[in-house]
Amino acid sequence: MFKRKKKPGFMRTKEDIIFDTSNIIFMIILCVLMLYPFLNQVALSVNDATDSVRGGIYLWPREFTWHNYEHVFDKAAIYQAIFISVLRTIIGAGVGLFCTAMVAYAIAQPKFMFKRSITIIFIMTMYFNGGLIPTFLLMRDLQLIGSFWVYILPTLISAFNLIIMRSFIEGLPTSIFESARIDGAGDFRIFFKIVLPLSLPVLATVALFVAVFQWNQWFDVFLYNSSQEHLTTLQYELMKILQNSSTTSSGDMASAFANSSDGGGNMVTPKSIQATMTIVASVPIIMVYPFLQRYFVKGMTLGAVK
Amino acid sequence: MQAGSNTTIKSVSTKNPDKGIRGFLKKCKEQQALLWMTIPFVIWVVIFKYLPVWGWSMAFQNYKPALSFSEQEWVGFKHFIFLFTDDRFLGVLRNTLAQSLINLVLGFVTAITLAVLINELSNMKFKRVVQTISYLPHFLSWVVAAALVSSVLSIDGIINEILMGLGFINEEILWLGVGEYFWGILGAAETWKNVGWNAIIYLAAISMVDQEQYEAAKIDGASRIQRIFHITIPGMKSVIIVLLIMNIGYILESGFEPQYLLGNGQNVEYSENIDVFVIKYGISMFNFSLATAAGMFKTVISFVFLIAANSLSKKMGQGGLY
Repeated sequence: MFKRKKKPGFMRTKEDIIFDTSNIIFMIILCVLMLYPFLNQVALSVNDATDSVRGGIYLWPREFTWHNYEHVFDKAAIYQAIFISVLRTIIGAGVGLFCTAMVAYAIAQPKFMFKRSITIIFIMTMYFNGGLIPTFLLMRDLQLIGSFWVYILPTLISAFNLIIMRSFIEGLPTSIFESARIDGAGDFRIFFKIVLPLSLPVLATVALFVAVFQWNQWFDVFLYNSSQEHLTTLQYELMKILQNSSTTSSGDMASAFANSSDGGGNMVTPKSIQATMTIVASVPIIMVYPFLQRYFVKGMTLGAVK
Repeated sequence: MQAGSNTTIKSVSTKNPDKGIRGFLKKCKEQQALLWMTIPFVIWVVIFKYLPVWGWSMAFQNYKPALSFSEQEWVGFKHFIFLFTDDRFLGVLRNTLAQSLINLVLGFVTAITLAVLINELSNMKFKRVVQTISYLPHFLSWVVAAALVSSVLSIDGIINEILMGLGFINEEILWLGVGEYFWGILGAAETWKNVGWNAIIYLAAISMVDQEQYEAAKIDGASRIQRIFHITIPGMKSVIIVLLIMNIGYILESGFEPQYLLGNGQNVEYSENIDVFVIKYGISMFNFSLATAAGMFKTVISFVFLIAANSLSKKMGQGGLY
């Protein structure tokens, strides 16, 4: 099948060296492509706004200043947005995790009479939904519009996370359950005392999936709570800035939006504010993901293998 | 669902001397803890996920929010007929299909290529760093991603600077202001965001390939490229086929976040897809019935596609999703 070369063996051939070198160069270019847009925003966010208009800011600020951050954190609205973003991330992950784990435990019990039907009821939701308008009207009828709980309740359990958790619980040794049952433990006791402590890896994975999802959500704020300033989130605030700058002439000084100066004559521009907000809205993710990515990867492969 | 409850009842009646309804109630009592654990969430899923489907009735009405259900005026397929004779919606349909197809092809080719190339890296530390960096954009929200994309593509952005510097263009291009570029920009943005993440599953498949095959091929004098094409890629074959079939099932689901966030008045003819159309007609223009009709069309077609894709996948011996 293969042509036999003159020099078989395990030494690095000329071809290997060329291949490896170009592969490494390719990977370095790839990493630059992945990181550059973000690092560029970091540089812009700590560079003087008026100076940034001149262009030529790439990876390093030319005139370093914290002024853009001071301007962003000068407004009370940002603290409210951070508060709601953090709150929905924590509550969404906590409550979602608990509910998902409980249902997953039940449908992982081989003897449970509704095991199959409940599993199917949940899995079906992966394939269809009522759509935007009917869901919107349902939220209105449930009086969830204008409330914090519209961020939590509609996405309480995701079928994908449920399946990941069920697979994990099904993989736990059944002998532990059996001996606990013989000792007279009920399902709630087994769930809290045995299954939850044993499921920490998968709980971490699902908690992270939900937390990232909650942190990154902006559409439900836009849809249900766009007029409720006390329920705004960081992502939604950034989205408003983005929409404003794309309708005005691409972020130059001419656009009046967000242009302002304080006593010191320091200017901020939409471009610098957008860069700063981009960093503020993504910093928590950037900080945690390198440490937690292995959990994500585990969840991804678990979910795919099912 | 039906079959499921039937089989459980059957197994009850064979194991249990009590038959029929009494056996069922006894079983309920035995498993009441499990029922308490699930029933509230079954009610939740019915309300939040199944009940909205009832709202599809709006697609056949001239829905007015102020009126009750019995007072609504029924108009049959009027909204669907309007959609399919409306040039704007036909354009929206074209955009949806084109965007998904571009994302599908680009997504597969780039993720598979990346997985193969990452697998060829011999320095473990470098490999891990590359992988970690390649996932990064996946965890960012689309709002952040859209902010980054629009910044890179702005008049004074890096893309214009590089192209000007290399002499490919003579004056800056407002990339997001030209409709014809939108599909390409969207494809590039999706690839940038998801290629590293999508490569994970292929890397997992590659790790299952028997290492002895590589050694044997090496002894036979197969080159690196030959080993990739004759061992690595065939090793991923079944994963590729399953994912390909499943993704074809999602052909009308081209997403809405990047299209909505990067779309603007100048590129609307190429950026607007079904989801964005639904948002605009439904939320901004309050034409609930038309928006629901468009959304319903999308969901029903997607569902049919998914069922077909799933059974195709099962027929090909690759196992379905459910």
